[in-house]
Amino acid sequence: MSLAVVDYGAGNLPNVVRALTHIGAPLTVTSDPSVVAAATAIVLPGVGATRDTMESLIARGLAPVIRDAIGRGVPFLGICVGMQVLLDDSLEFGQHACLGVIAGTVRRFPDSDLKVPQIGWNEVYTTPETAEHPIFTGIPNGSDFYFVHSYFCDVLDRATIAGTTQYGQPFPSVLMRDTLVAAQFHPEKSGALGLRFLRNFVTHIAQIECEPTHV
Amino acid sequence: MLKRRIIPCLDVKAGRVVKGVSFLDHRDAGDPVVLAAFYNDSGADELVFYDITASSDDRNIMVDVVERTAAQVFIPLTVGGGIRTVDDMYRMLRAGADKISINTAAVLNPQLITDGAQRYGSQCMVLSIDARRTSAAGAPPTWEVFTHTGANARSTGLDAVAWAVRGAELGAGELVINSMDADGTYAGYDIELLHAITSRVTIPVIASGGAGILEHLYDGYMDGGADAVLAASIFHFGDFTIAAAKKYLRTRGVPMR
Repeated sequence: MSLAVVDYGAGNLPNVVRALTHIGAPLTVTSDPSVVAAATAIVLPGVGATRDTMESLIARGLAPVIRDAIGRGVPFLGICVGMQVLLDDSLEFGQHACLGVIAGTVRRFPDSDLKVPQIGWNEVYTTPETAEHPIFTGIPNGSDFYFVHSYFCDVLDRATIAGTTQYGQPFPSVLMRDTLVAAQFHPEKSGALGLRFLRNFVTHIAQIECEPTHV
Repeated sequence: MLKRRIIPCLDVKAGRVVKGVSFLDHRDAGDPVVLAAFYNDSGADELVFYDITASSDDRNIMVDVVERTAAQVFIPLTVGGGIRTVDDMYRMLRAGADKISINTAAVLNPQLITDGAQRYGSQCMVLSIDARRTSAAGAPPTWEVFTHTGANARSTGLDAVAWAVRGAELGAGELVINSMDADGTYAGYDIELLHAITSRVTIPVIASGGAGILEHLYDGYMDGGADAVLAASIFHFGDFTIAAAKKYLRTRGVPMR
């Protein structure tokens, strides 16, 4: 069983790997499309801009492989920009196409008296349908996670919204469809509950056993 | 609701945590990795390591400290002190830092803020400003930026508010505003300075220098407009715990994690 963490130059890759290692998840860090294609589960980290991320995924031949794997039902976790690129397109630095896995557009928070980017800890609320989902096992509803972002996922298919956060307006902070999970926050930087979220993905969604750790 | 943050700052010298009183007279407060884990467990929202040494040997020690911390503490970690190039930033980010704080190097070369933001994203770039009040008593307040934090602080002629605004324009994602007048006094943050800056920029501002009692943290948020407070001595020496600070702030209506 192999969890592939996709290395396309994302700044938070080392810390995502550290967090997964800490919870004892067996993993492979790879930029090789054939390794990603063969993986039994995929983690796509991300920080920065969707445009750079898409360009990098396309240049390395990873975009079609990731799209195909999700289509085949391979368990997938997208983090921050790794969530945003799942949508049809993004308006960051000019409109551009993204992976088109989930219908919707990545938009900037509208101008208001709130600071953009949103930086810090904010509450994630489940929906009635997702409250009992294994991804939230051990995570009280309304728990705080660490966010850093200026853009959010404006999804068209509301059924994919598994978690919502309020920043001037409600926005989707967790998306889910079958074995696809995506988080706008950084679980690798959200303390014990962030680690729990990662462990829930690895053990319940990817169904890969974590090694016992010293935690 | 987005929470206000409490960020313990660990001044690190040759791999050990110290805290300057007005940046001087260092007292040893322990092992940075142990303290980082302790603060993580006690509810710190982020951590800052500030490397107050400049020699390359000590810089290697700092990389090791960051690596060991990032392997066991999973909240945001900012590293500052002595970072002069994007390659210096890369070493610290690779070691596990989430953000890089720059101060003197940004004054000497403002392009460094933009270069870092373009390469690693604005969310990585924290501009730290040491400011000292220069206006006469009774005159409209003004503050000047100083570089080379510590005993050898140097005047720059830059207006602190103007520099904060420019730093945001250049690509900084957050600002740390440190009052050199208030630092080490335990008499509270320079609220006028904070307010002058938070009313002019749209990026998060972190208050630094002068916190002595919990009410000072409240004042930093509510009167200064700060999104976060940086604090060292108030927590390092056990005067207050972070949990007690958060409880106090919550009862006064400040949103806390």
